[in-house]
Amino acid sequence: MKLITAIIKPFKLEEVRAALTDLGLAGMTVTEVKGYGRQKGHTEIYRGAEYAVNFLPKVKMEVVVPSAQVDKALEAIQGAAKTGQIGDGKIFVSPIEHTIRIRTGEADDNAL
Amino acid sequence: MKYDDLKRVAASGGAAAALILSSALPVLAQEETPTLDTGDTAWMLTSTAIVLMMTIPGLALFYGGMVRKKNILSVMMQCFAACCLVTILWMVAGYSLAFTDGGAYNAYIGGLDKVLLAGIGKDTLSGTIPEMVFMTFQMTFAIITPVLIVGAIVDRMKFSAFLLFMGLWLIIVYAPVCHWVWGGGFLANDGVLDFAGGTVVHINAGIAGLVACLVLGRRKGYGTENMAPHNLTLSVIGASLLWVGWFGFNAGSAVGANGTAGMAMSVTQIATAAAALAWMFSEWLVHGKPSVLGIISGAVAGLVAITPASGFVDPKGALVIGVAAGVGCYICATGVKKALGYDDSLDVFGVHAVGGIIGAILTGVFAVEAIGGTAGLLEGNFAQVPIQVYGVLATTIWSAVGTFVILMVLWLIIGIRATQAQEVEGLDVALHGESIQ
Repeated sequence: MKLITAIIKPFKLEEVRAALTDLGLAGMTVTEVKGYGRQKGHTEIYRGAEYAVNFLPKVKMEVVVPSAQVDKALEAIQGAAKTGQIGDGKIFVSPIEHTIRIRTGEADDNAL
Repeated sequence: MKYDDLKRVAASGGAAAALILSSALPVLAQEETPTLDTGDTAWMLTSTAIVLMMTIPGLALFYGGMVRKKNILSVMMQCFAACCLVTILWMVAGYSLAFTDGGAYNAYIGGLDKVLLAGIGKDTLSGTIPEMVFMTFQMTFAIITPVLIVGAIVDRMKFSAFLLFMGLWLIIVYAPVCHWVWGGGFLANDGVLDFAGGTVVHINAGIAGLVACLVLGRRKGYGTENMAPHNLTLSVIGASLLWVGWFGFNAGSAVGANGTAGMAMSVTQIATAAAALAWMFSEWLVHGKPSVLGIISGAVAGLVAITPASGFVDPKGALVIGVAAGVGCYICATGVKKALGYDDSLDVFGVHAVGGIIGAILTGVFAVEAIGGTAGLLEGNFAQVPIQVYGVLATTIWSAVGTFVILMVLWLIIGIRATQAQEVEGLDVALHGESIQ
């Protein structure tokens, strides 16, 4: 099992969700986050006072998938989240040791 | 050419008014003691309610949206608490000091005859309306004036000192100035025109705001930390409530349901729209984008500037006053503040004092005899502008000195500023034990 953590543009979330659902992957956790990478922030002006906004709003989505489906999932996320503009985000993959479904006690791949 | 046209139009208006007046005089002379007019009373009851709405929730939302999230409740608390405190003080002594005869000192301050509203009964009249309605109407003005100062001192004032400041300021600064202009004091006798409170309310509060922010010092992190407004949606709602409430403020100051009220209402709408657009276009030109905060600030600047003029000028005058206020206040709230470095956090000085001064002086320029009974510069009355300047100066000096003395005394006795740790944590949690998520 792998944990896929993707930081994406907020307005791309729905497309990414649809692409993963098409693969038969159920479930994800989403957090509204702020951050920056190569994309610079922007300037806001309030009554002449300028503020540099360095942290831009992004969405962080987390999905745990069976190891066999990782490549397909990554492809789907990248395909759906890509605009070609700077600031499209990043995807991180890390191993997961163990998973349990709380309601039934099912474990690992059966719990996904 | 245009000026000549204006003069001709104004002069013919004046002649018409004189005719009407002379034919109306005998009727007036026959009138006995004033009786209650239900139309006037209905309008004044309405005006009173919507002027209160300007402060709570209008001003509370307008200011609350502009501060950082950690301080919004403290700002709303200041507005709400001051509203309650002033109500009581106005009942106890404020109304009497502003609106009764002060005997030997009547030029400067009223007397104590109506302390605790003594002698005002159900049937006591003030003109054609119950005096209780007039007293309450004036109470809503007394409430909003000190609350305007909140915008200059947000995020950093100790709440106990704030309450004492509001109470002392009402009695020492507001009540006398109100008496000078509306209670039969020296400014009224010298011919200063202030229909709805350009000097009494806006210059008075604006100058006090500047003094208060200088005495209090800048917010911690001013100029380095991000102090952007946390929710301008609230500010838009607040500014809109102010705008609507201002009809009670200006048209209500006619103290009657009549033509003066109607004219005041229309010039208020026109000047406000003009100032909002003027600020928006100025900002668009200078900073490249027309902002929401800009257009609502412009609207408030226009409302402020038309306040002293509203019972005296016609729609054309209102248009010019609005544009002048929009551009003038924009320059002051952005450029001048930045250049001088004072932290008038929400631009009480830049909008209310500057807008009030522009409005007060231009009232002397655009006053139309046929509307308010006094001619302005454009109708050939060269004396009015200097009289207006005199009114501005008298108010400015009293407000500045009074505010400074009150704050210094409070500073020496109890301290006026929240601790650095409280300021960093945010006044909502630090002073009130509450927060919004």
